[in-house]
Amino acid sequence: MKVHLTLGEAQGGYIVLFEQRAVSLIELFLAFAKIGCFTFGGGFAMIPLIEQVVVEKKRWLKHEDMIDILAVSQALPGAVAINSATFIGQKVAGGKGAFVATLGVILPSVIIITFIASFFLRMESNLIVSAAFAGVRPAVVALIAVAAYKVFKKSVKDKADAIVVVVTALLAAFSDVHVILLIIIGAALGFVMQKVQPEKIMATIGRKRQSNDIC
Amino acid sequence: MIYVELLITFAKIGLLSFGGGYAMISVARIDVLSNAWLSPSEFVDIIAIAEMTPGPIAVNLATFVGFRTAGFLGGLVATAGVALPSFVLILLVSQLLIKYQSHSARIVIFYGIRLVVTGLIFAAAIFLAQNAVFNSFETGKIIRILLTEPLEVLNLRAILILILALIAQLKFKINPVVIIICSAIAGILLFYVL
Repeated sequence: MKVHLTLGEAQGGYIVLFEQRAVSLIELFLAFAKIGCFTFGGGFAMIPLIEQVVVEKKRWLKHEDMIDILAVSQALPGAVAINSATFIGQKVAGGKGAFVATLGVILPSVIIITFIASFFLRMESNLIVSAAFAGVRPAVVALIAVAAYKVFKKSVKDKADAIVVVVTALLAAFSDVHVILLIIIGAALGFVMQKVQPEKIMATIGRKRQSNDIC
Repeated sequence: MIYVELLITFAKIGLLSFGGGYAMISVARIDVLSNAWLSPSEFVDIIAIAEMTPGPIAVNLATFVGFRTAGFLGGLVATAGVALPSFVLILLVSQLLIKYQSHSARIVIFYGIRLVVTGLIFAAAIFLAQNAVFNSFETGKIIRILLTEPLEVLNLRAILILILALIAQLKFKINPVVIIICSAIAGILLFYVL
């Protein structure tokens, strides 16, 4: 396992020197193949897996980085899984990393679906498969709910923040307001909050600079 | 040529669908049906399959349609098509964001966006719960039914799995992959064997 020093980019008048383990492309591929194998039920279902594999086990990302990457992945067109794999791969190991991570998250699906399409197993009428899936769905609800709670603890600083989260959750779950519109409103809210409570946002900037956050 | 057609059509679908896999279904439906690549009932089947198999719904859909239309290579080409716009856009945007990582406007914008995304993650849990733990869910009536006849709409076996999955995570810190495998086994026991 190689250890090398990375000279952080000089930004905002400071230079950061931090130690980082070189990430092998095979490791990156396998991590995302694992995420691709166990993501059931849409893009956000991969959050608990990204958190466990990429943040906790491999320590390639900080928790806050993950939230920002998810935000960008939601705001841009395309599948959230592909977007976030590309972004994380790029951040962890550059262009090659982006390619390898995206390939990893896609490949298990391609293999499984090709297999199903060749035999066209009627999954719906397969009672055992649908029973297994009926078991997986509530577990995924629990996984996402816990992930949401962890993200909530990191991103919410006061009551005003909490209200924004609750209103967004209700709008997204029970109305037809488009996700993109909500994200744009969120961006605008950032500026409003900076006007109203500048010290809150400034505290985030201070913390960000100390912890050498990238994205 | 069919491969070029698949590549271009799925690249277009990838580029036009904002908001993840579920948004993609409605965009893809029009193209897939107008090209007669699948029949309407096959399209419904593949959505069910895409939801039941792991991985991004977009990839599952592209691979299936490509394979049925033009074989193995067709599946690969359609999948490459659906992934390509994301891949290129994210490469550009991520570089931009890394470049401006400590720009104050970026930090202010992301403070607000992060709160919205937190709400969206809760919404994803609520959205999935509607299918996972309720036998039927009508937003207008659900509160009244829950208060009068909760056993009519609540799926108790699913709620049991949900509670066990919560305990497994919060109390025993069990890995999500293990939880998913165990819940599939629990599903077979509770919904098939019993």
